Amino acid sequence: MLALLLRQVRRILVTALLGGLLGATLVRLGPGFGVDERELDNRLSEESRQAIRAEHAQDSNIALFYAHYLAGLAHGDLGFSRSLNRPVAELLKERLPLTLGSLAYGILGGASLGLALALLTVIWRAPGIDLAPTLVAGACLALPAAVIALLLLWMGAAGRWAIALVVFPHVYRYAKNLLMATYQSPHVLAAEAKGLSRVRVLFAHVCAPAVPQLAALAGISVSLAFGASIPIEVISDTPGIGQLAWKAALDRDLPLLVNITVLVALMTLVANGLADLALARWRPAQQTVAA
Amino acid sequence: MLKYSLALLLTLNLGAQAGGELRFCLRGDPKTFNPLLVEDENSETILYLTGGVLIRLNRYTQELEGELASKWKVSENGRRIDFDLRPNVLFSDGTPFSCEDVVYTMRQLMDPAMHSPAADTFRSTAGATESRCTGPASVMVRFPGPVAALAARFDEIGILSARSPHKEAAVLGPFTVAEYKPGVQVLLRRNPNYWKRDANGKQLPYLDAIRLDIQQNREIELLRFRRGELDMVNKLDPDMYDRLNTEMPHAVVDAGPSLDWEVVFFNQVAGAPLPDYKKRWFRSDGFRRAIWEAVNRDDLCRVVYRGHAKPAAGPVSISNHFWINTALKPPAYSVASAMGRLEHDGFHRSGDALFDREGHKVEFSMITNAGNKLHERALTLIQQDLAKVGIQLNIVILDFPSLIERISRSFNYESVLMAFTNIDLDPTDQMNIWLSSGANHQWNPNEKTPETAWEAEVDKLMQAQAASQDLKVRKANFDRVQEIVAEKAPILFLVNPNALSAVSANLKNVTPALLRPQIYWNAERLTIGTKYVSQR
Amino acid sequence: MKRTQKIALGFLAVVALASLFAGVLAPSSYSEQFRDSISAAPSARFPLGTDELGRDRLARLLYGTRISLLLAPAAALLSTLIAAVIGGLAAYLGGRWELAITSGIDLFLSLPWLFLLLAVRALLPLNTSPVASVMITFLLLGCLGWATPARIIRAGTRTLLNADFLLEARACGVSSARLFWRHLLPNLRPILLAQFWISVPVFILSEANLGLLGLGIAEPLPSWGALLRELENYSAVLQNPWMLAPVVLLLAVVGCLQVVLRTEDQIPC
Repeated sequence: MLALLLRQVRRILVTALLGGLLGATLVRLGPGFGVDERELDNRLSEESRQAIRAEHAQDSNIALFYAHYLAGLAHGDLGFSRSLNRPVAELLKERLPLTLGSLAYGILGGASLGLALALLTVIWRAPGIDLAPTLVAGACLALPAAVIALLLLWMGAAGRWAIALVVFPHVYRYAKNLLMATYQSPHVLAAEAKGLSRVRVLFAHVCAPAVPQLAALAGISVSLAFGASIPIEVISDTPGIGQLAWKAALDRDLPLLVNITVLVALMTLVANGLADLALARWRPAQQTVAA
Repeated sequence: MLKYSLALLLTLNLGAQAGGELRFCLRGDPKTFNPLLVEDENSETILYLTGGVLIRLNRYTQELEGELASKWKVSENGRRIDFDLRPNVLFSDGTPFSCEDVVYTMRQLMDPAMHSPAADTFRSTAGATESRCTGPASVMVRFPGPVAALAARFDEIGILSARSPHKEAAVLGPFTVAEYKPGVQVLLRRNPNYWKRDANGKQLPYLDAIRLDIQQNREIELLRFRRGELDMVNKLDPDMYDRLNTEMPHAVVDAGPSLDWEVVFFNQVAGAPLPDYKKRWFRSDGFRRAIWEAVNRDDLCRVVYRGHAKPAAGPVSISNHFWINTALKPPAYSVASAMGRLEHDGFHRSGDALFDREGHKVEFSMITNAGNKLHERALTLIQQDLAKVGIQLNIVILDFPSLIERISRSFNYESVLMAFTNIDLDPTDQMNIWLSSGANHQWNPNEKTPETAWEAEVDKLMQAQAASQDLKVRKANFDRVQEIVAEKAPILFLVNPNALSAVSANLKNVTPALLRPQIYWNAERLTIGTKYVSQR
Repeated sequence: MKRTQKIALGFLAVVALASLFAGVLAPSSYSEQFRDSISAAPSARFPLGTDELGRDRLARLLYGTRISLLLAPAAALLSTLIAAVIGGLAAYLGGRWELAITSGIDLFLSLPWLFLLLAVRALLPLNTSPVASVMITFLLLGCLGWATPARIIRAGTRTLLNADFLLEARACGVSSARLFWRHLLPNLRPILLAQFWISVPVFILSEANLGLLGLGIAEPLPSWGALLRELENYSAVLQNPWMLAPVVLLLAVVGCLQVVLRTEDQIPC
C-alpha cells in the first residue's frame, strides 16, 4: 500500500515537473518572449536598453533556465518574478489561499447544485421536469465566465460563485445522464420488481454504482474551475493565482509561469489521482451491489 | 449643559482637524518604492505623493516652483545647477534634511549600475556627474554636458535620506507609505513632518490618508465610483465618460486635449522581411501623405472618441501652447486629394481596388495592441476610410509583447496604430524619437547614419535645441522639426485624446490640470467634506 | 419525435436558414458604418439598432450566427472525436498504458496553451484573410479542447468494459481493434453527445476570450464571441437592452440543441 502510494507520488511529481519544462518551452518559443515594455520609454539611454535586454537574455536558454530552476527548487527557491519584482515563493504564498478558497467554494457549490438538481430530476421523473434546470445550465454555459462574474459583482455577490456557476452545468448534465442511464439497468428493474422503496432503489442501486464515475468528474472539476478562475479573478480583481497567471502570461514572466504550470499540474494530477483511487476502491463494492 | 457644550466644542475641533481619506485606484501593483527606480505608472503615483523634490512643475500653471529648494540657478550653458535649500526641513522619520541628502541622491541616481530612466534624462553626454555641498544649505550639481530644461528634470527626482536607518521609507513628501498589501491596496498616511504650510500657517496636507486600491477592471472602478466607494477615477474612457455624464454630470471632468498621441506609422526598415514593392510604397512620402489625407480624423474624434479628442497636426498637442507650431494645421480629409497624391506616385484605380505601377494590388496590414477597444474601433474606421481610395486594409490585433517584438526586434510588420504617452511639455523628451539613431525612431530605429536628407536635418535641429538654453532658439528649431515632420509624414498623427476623469463632489479644492496627474497634482491641498480651506 | 423536439428543431432550422440568407434578410452589410447613427436605438431602418461604429446589429448578428453556428460545432466535433479515441483507448488498454495516457491528459490540461495559440498567430502571415484565420482558430481550439472530455469519456468507458455485449463479442473471438472501434466507441454515443453539446457554447466563448488577446476573429467579420464581449459594458447594456439580442439567441440555440438531443434521456415511467 505504502509502496503504491509512493509510486503515485513519484509519478505525480515527475509529471508535474515535466509539465513545467514543457510549459517553459511553450513560453520561450512563443512570440514576444524577451521583449520588455520598458524599451518603449523615450528616456532610456542605449546602455539602459542593453541592460534590460541582457536581463531577459538570461532566460533564453531553456535547458539552462530549467536546470537552475530545479536546483533552486531543491532549496525552496522558486525564482524571481521580473514583472512584479518579487520572489515567486512570496507571491504564491500570498495568493494561493485565496484561490484555493475560491476553488473549494466553486467546486463544492457547483457540484452540490448540479448533483442536487440531477437527483431531483431523477426522483420526480415527470416529463419536462428537467427543462428548467437544463435551461439554467444552458444559460450558465452560454454566458462568458467574465459576464457571469460581472453580473454577480453587480449584485454584490463574490466572484467565487461564478466558478460554481461554471462548474454546475457540467456536473448537472453528466450526473443526470449517468443517473438516468443507471436507472435503466437490469438490476434496478429487478430491485423495483422486488418491491424496494423508491428512495432505497435511488440511493443503494442507482447512486451507489454511479459514484465512481461521479468521482471522475471531481477531477475534471478542478481543471474546469481553475480555467474559469483566470477570467473571473481578472474581472473581479481578486489577487489570486488566476490573476497572477494572466499577468504572467501577458508579461512573459517565465519564472512565474513555470511555477504556476507546475502548481496547476500538481493540483490536477492530485485531484485526478484521488478520483482514480476512489474509482479503484469502489469497483469491488459496485460488483457486490450488482450481484 | 457644560458637559454638552464641552462635548460639542471637542467634536467641532476634531472635525476641523480631521482631513479624511482620499480613495482612488491604481491599475496594478507598484513595482518599486525606490524613487530612483520608478518606471511604471503605479510607482510614479506613489513617488508623486510621497517623494520630496527640489523643484516641482506646477501641473496647473505649467510653471516651475521651488519645493525643497527655495531658489535655484542654472549656469555653464545648462551644465550646472545650484540650489539654495529650505532650512529646518525634516524627513518623515525626523531625520534632518541637508545638502548631503541631495548629494547622496544624485550619486545614487547617476550610478551607471542603477540604470535609472530618470538618470538617463540627464545623460546627454558621457562622463561623470559632480555633486557637492557648496554651503551649509546649498548644493550644486554639474553634468558632463548641457542638459536641456535642466531645472524641470528635478521634478522627477525624489530626494533620499543619506543617514536615516529607514532608507527610502523616510520621505520628504506630503504622505508616507503606511501599509502595502500586494494585490489589494497601498495605504498612505500624512507625513507628520511635512515642511509645507498653507497661507494661514496650517501644516499640509489636509488629508489624513490616501487609500489606493489595486483595481485593474475599469468597469468595477466605475461601479465603485458610482456607489461612492471611490473619490475619483483618474483616466476615463470616452464611452464611460458619456455614461457617467448622463447620471452624474457634476462628477465628470474633460480637461481638454492631452499631450498623448494616437498615431500610425509604416515600416521603413530597409532589412524588414517585406516584399520590395511594399517597402517602396511605405518609403514614399506621397503614399504616406495620401494615407494621412484619406483618414477622416473628424470622424475618428466624433465616433471613436465620442467628441473627446482633437485632430492632431504633429508631435505637439494643441494644449502645449508654447511648443506648438501654430502655422501647421491637421491635413484636411479629402479622398480626392489623397487620390491625386497616389496617382502622382504611380498608383491607379481599377474597379474598387488600387494598384501600384507594377500592377500589385494595394493591400497591407495594420497591427495594434489587444485589449484596447478604442484602437480596435479606430482601425475599423480607418479600414473603411482607406477602402474609399481602393486600399484593402487587414486588421491584425496582437497582444502587446508580440507587437513590441515586431516593431523593435523582428520588424515583421507593415503598419502600426499605436498610442504614445507624453509626460513632458518639453520636446527634448522626444529626442529618441526624432534622432535617426534613436531606438524609438520607430519607423526605422537605430540608423547608423541618417538614411534621408530630411532625417539628417532633423538630427541637427534636435541636437541644436537640446544644446541651447535660449527658449527662442529652441522653439525656432523645434518649429522647423514640426514642419519637416508634417511634410514628410514619417508618423501620421491622428488625434490627441482628451484627458478625461471623474471626481466625487466630496473631494474639494480640485483644479483639474492638463498634465499628469490631472486631479491629484495638488494632493496636499485636497480635502474631503464640506469645509472651506485656503487655496494658497 | 416529441412535439417539443420538433419545435426546437424547427427553431434551429429557422436560425440556420436566416444566417445562410443573411445577405437577403439584413438591410445593410455587416461592415458598413453609418457614422451619423452610432449606438442608435432600434428603428425601422435598423431593427436591432446600431453598434458604436454605426454598424447594423441585425446584420452583424445574422452573419455572426453563420460563422459561430458552422465553426463552433465543427470544433466541438473534432475535440469530441479526439477525446473519444484517447479517453476510450486509455480505459480500454488499462494498466500502465492507462496510467501513462491519463498522466498525459492531466499534463495537457495544465500547460499554458495560450502560447501555442500566440505562436500560431505569429507564424500566420499578417495578411491572412479573416475567414482563413477564423477557421484556423477554431481548428486549433478543436485540437486543444479534447482533454477534459477525454477524462469523462475514459470514466464512462471503464464502466462499459464490463457490459455483457462486450464480453459476448470477446468470447466470440472478435479482435481487440475491432472490439474497440466497432463495439465500444459506438456505445459511447450518449456520453459523446453530452460532451459535444457542452462543447459547442464553450468554443463560442473560447473564441470570445481569445479576442481579448487578439486571437479572435478579425474585424470586420462579426462573431457571437465579439458580440458577447460587448456585454462587459454592463451599464451600456442596461441603457440599451437590445444589446442582449446575441445572448438571447445563443441561449435559445443552446436550449434547443439540448432539447433536440434529449432522445437518449427518456425516463422509464
